[in-house]
Amino acid sequence: MVALYPGPVEVGGIRLKNHLLLAAGILGTTGASLARILANGAGGVVTKSIGPNPKEGHPGPCLVVVDGGIINAMGLPNPSAAFVEELTALQGEPVVVSIFGGTPEEFRTVAGWFAGKASGLELNLSCPHAEGYGAAIGSDPALVEECTRAAASLGIPTWVKLTPNVADIAEIGAAAERGGADAIVAVNTVKAMRISTALRRPVLGNRFGGLSGKAIFPVAVRCVYDLYEACSIPIIGCGGVSTADNVVEMMMAGASAVEIGSAVIDEIGIFAAIADDLYDPDGIDADEIVGCAHA
Amino acid sequence: MHEQMPAGVTITEIVEETPSIRTFVFDREIAARPGQFVMVWVPGVDEIPMGLSSPSSITVQKVGDATTALFAKNAGDRIGIRGPYGNGFAVSGRTLAIGGGVGTSPLLPLVEAGQVDTFLLGARTASELLFAERIRRAAALMIATDDGTAGHHGFVTELVSRVDLADFEHVCVCGPEVMMAAVLAILDREGCAERGQFSINRYMKCGVGLCGSCCTDPHGLRVCRDGPVFSGDVLLESEFGRYARDASGSRHRV
Repeated sequence: MVALYPGPVEVGGIRLKNHLLLAAGILGTTGASLARILANGAGGVVTKSIGPNPKEGHPGPCLVVVDGGIINAMGLPNPSAAFVEELTALQGEPVVVSIFGGTPEEFRTVAGWFAGKASGLELNLSCPHAEGYGAAIGSDPALVEECTRAAASLGIPTWVKLTPNVADIAEIGAAAERGGADAIVAVNTVKAMRISTALRRPVLGNRFGGLSGKAIFPVAVRCVYDLYEACSIPIIGCGGVSTADNVVEMMMAGASAVEIGSAVIDEIGIFAAIADDLYDPDGIDADEIVGCAHA
Repeated sequence: MHEQMPAGVTITEIVEETPSIRTFVFDREIAARPGQFVMVWVPGVDEIPMGLSSPSSITVQKVGDATTALFAKNAGDRIGIRGPYGNGFAVSGRTLAIGGGVGTSPLLPLVEAGQVDTFLLGARTASELLFAERIRRAAALMIATDDGTAGHHGFVTELVSRVDLADFEHVCVCGPEVMMAAVLAILDREGCAERGQFSINRYMKCGVGLCGSCCTDPHGLRVCRDGPVFSGDVLLESEFGRYARDASGSRHRV
């Protein structure tokens, strides 16, 4: 397997300790939890998505563990502006705040709360189970461009996280790039559901949710590959990454870094474990493999 | 990790333990360690964490939407259960248990496994004392009620001074957070906080250590996965006894 040279990297305007970030929505509700993941070897962390108003999220069950993955419908629970205080102990750390809104104006408002408080923003234009937010906006290239422009205009490094639940993800990625995104994160969860045969109803309180975990890794690789063809800004690969070899594969598809989420279910120390396998002082520079599968 | 779809279980019996607490017995045994919990799905309402009071029962107080809906259920109705989750209590020597109100429920499996020597049981009033007879059969029982209708007139924490803490290798505690924090303060004062095992309660969504809803300050420990039982020395200087986060992640005083 390819080994990479260790050390800090800069991706999409944000300086990271390594190529491995915590994905949004996983253990990102509190500053202490984010600090724990950084201490456990993550190169950066993305917070829970923060929106214009406090939200309690959907009624449970909010998550079900299935073969090869996890289906969730949390419903974007968040304390809104009060989240700023969670970040006080993380000043100077590579923290990316995931934000959402229903309009470009809401994106700008929420983005403004975190100016000077975080390394960058990740726009959630991709949550598949929150009406009026996330993928509801992220499937429309014109809205993606407008929302991206609204947040990016504040001068904070702005990443845009895309949904795979569209006919042509490259078109959405190109819209984010036109709006001024510094990087694209691909992908959010894949629309999914399960039904309890015992209770004859959908398991999730929201009925529908999004699938993450190993099962969607091939979907994510394909999306990253398509985006690399269509866009010239960096791509952060996300979806089912659970080994160092998965990281290398994502990079070969075109990712400059990766986000890891569901794999935390097996081991909270997954970042250090992957880093241990991935990095070697005799390793090569990641630039040598990013997108190499397109040759 | 293997598939963990909720199991559909049928309620076989509902026992009124006290005027405010009921035990729901179901038709499946869940292999769990004392102090582990399950996620209980009340279809169409919500899913909530609940300690097991036996391999096939949960013991519940009506406090919110899901527990109110559960109280409206009858024998024969179906609910969903996933788990068991969390770490549970771990004892290997002489053990003191301290239970307050419905918090006595997750301590019962420890008692019935013969692992508790002395039990300090507290409730608001005599009729709200939970599992007193079952505990008395397996351990030395001391009782306190807030209104003095049974046992010591006052808080269960006041009974701690009537036992010799040096006699016990473990102190397992579950009850209202204010009561547990008072016990922790006593153990700390006596220099034995690390002997305490506190089963703590935080708002939970996923139950499997992923979503972060139940993370505590300052270590980011997850109540659902790293807990729900924490050693007293871990809880010193933490948010425990001071504040907790709600469903949105906003902090509130305990």
